[in-house]
Amino acid sequence: MEPNDPQVRWLKEPELGWTGKVYLPLFVEGMRTTLRHLVGPKLTVQSPDERHEIPEPLIYRGVHRLNRDEQGRVKCVACFLCATICPAHCIDIVAAPSPWPDRDKYPESFTIDELRCIYCGMCEEACPEQAIELTSLYDLTGKSREEMIFDKEKLLSVYDQTKDTEPILADWPLPAASAQQENGARQMQYDEKN
Amino acid sequence: MDLLTTLEAGIKMLILFGGLMGAAAYLVLVERWMAAWIQDRLGPNRAGIPLTRIRLFGLGQPIADGGKFIFKEEFTPSHVEKVLYFLAPVVSLTAAVGVFAVVPFGEVEILGYRLRLAVAPGVDVGLLYIVAVSGLGVLGVLLGGWASNNKYSLFGGIRAAAQLLSYEIPLGLALLGIVLAAGSLRLEEIVLWQAQTGLWNIFWQPLGFSVFFLAAFAEAGRLPFDMAEAEQELVGGYHTEYSGMKLMMYMVAEYLHMILASFLLVLVFFGGWHFWGLTGGQAVAAWPTALLRVVVLLGKVLLVIWFFMVARWSWPRFRFDQIMHLAWYVLIPLGLVYVVSAAVLGEYGPGWAAQIGIRPALLSGIINWLVFFAVWGLAAWLAPLHYDNRPLRGPIRPQAPSPEAVP
Repeated sequence: MEPNDPQVRWLKEPELGWTGKVYLPLFVEGMRTTLRHLVGPKLTVQSPDERHEIPEPLIYRGVHRLNRDEQGRVKCVACFLCATICPAHCIDIVAAPSPWPDRDKYPESFTIDELRCIYCGMCEEACPEQAIELTSLYDLTGKSREEMIFDKEKLLSVYDQTKDTEPILADWPLPAASAQQENGARQMQYDEKN
Repeated sequence: MDLLTTLEAGIKMLILFGGLMGAAAYLVLVERWMAAWIQDRLGPNRAGIPLTRIRLFGLGQPIADGGKFIFKEEFTPSHVEKVLYFLAPVVSLTAAVGVFAVVPFGEVEILGYRLRLAVAPGVDVGLLYIVAVSGLGVLGVLLGGWASNNKYSLFGGIRAAAQLLSYEIPLGLALLGIVLAAGSLRLEEIVLWQAQTGLWNIFWQPLGFSVFFLAAFAEAGRLPFDMAEAEQELVGGYHTEYSGMKLMMYMVAEYLHMILASFLLVLVFFGGWHFWGLTGGQAVAAWPTALLRVVVLLGKVLLVIWFFMVARWSWPRFRFDQIMHLAWYVLIPLGLVYVVSAAVLGEYGPGWAAQIGIRPALLSGIINWLVFFAVWGLAAWLAPLHYDNRPLRGPIRPQAPSPEAVP
């Protein structure tokens, strides 16, 4: 692009005042900011010793879990919505006819490759049964790639581990609902105005 | 030269070299702390005694860093000029270490033996030696950039050469003014002169101090002036192609430049080992006073180094053209004015002072401060650093003829 291209807008830099030209006030200003931070409070969390505090565990997107229903069975009905929407193609479901009367199918195997997953949370949003959810566990490690492919039992065990601290989202009085109403009201006001 | 003198010099060299290397290693740690604290982090605080859980605020970090550098792969790219590539960091480090030979720490009298605390004590051309040998460091940087056979490295080397050579002029001019005023090139004499009058040069030579300070900052290649490395623009500058111990030699050399700049600032402008009411003003001291003097000197140097570290995070970098303008349009004229004023004051000052009836030092102080304000005001008013460096607006090449115009 040439400098005289008509699409280029040329702006003039604001003129420096007297203090800027002398440079000393700017010098002091920079020094003051630095010194303030030098002695100010530090934000570091010393990670293995201290745990990071997650402000909203319910909406944090960490390791997945497969929820259980009241009878302890897997909630999933093998509808494949999560596997379909997954942008990283990390969910692999093998469906089978359900042994229980209340649904047609159930997942015979349900594996998530935690290394491929990008933790976008779309599976959680797509799921019509609240069967798959993302927990607030963020520091998962493994010694091999195979170890990081979580199967159904592993995902259910994540649920068992986290169900007390993070209840299933649908059973929870959603704070999002009130926010939605508020948004709706604001939208209506906006519509009325225009 | 008898055996004792040689032995003494050897011991001093070992102490100085070890001290410098240790200081460079631990100053890296301090710098990382400062950087972290200024960025609201904690910085390295884990590495302590190996195989235990004792952390000692991370004081083991330099040892770990050194071990890392030693055991790291030292990769030599196939496209470099082998001889120069190996030689360049050595030149850089040698020049940086060699300068410290004439840095004086004072004199002490033990059991009737007068021990001068400098590797090469009493060099008559001390300041000249420092300026000359530290100028050699440019060669290492330039060689490294050239030998790497890499465009970014070459840019870094050329920039470094241009910057360092430009700033050596105001540096020398500022020192020249001090030399004119002190009447000696020996660092010991300059320190002693400040100690005996109790009047540090910074108080009555503000123009010389500010020129020297900015030039020394630029010579050290620290962040507001770090054109040579310029991670933002040049990958790593002249040491892009270096790794392992050779990279460490470059880094240590850079640190030594900073330490040297701090030493020079303290020795020439902050009174060296002198502190009012603590150290006395005699050249030779008994050992408790001499120890105190060394502590005072090192404390001052540490303060200046700390300022270097904090300054790194306080101000944005200059553009390269601004750096050159600062050297050639601001500092060199200011340095010339300073040298002239120092010469005139040295020649006529005492006579004028006798006519008016005040002390010569007071008169020079007043005149120096007046000159300082006048010249800085002029520099600010002309503002040679503030201009539009964008390409000129206008057709830089003829417009292509429109299709209708072509017959």
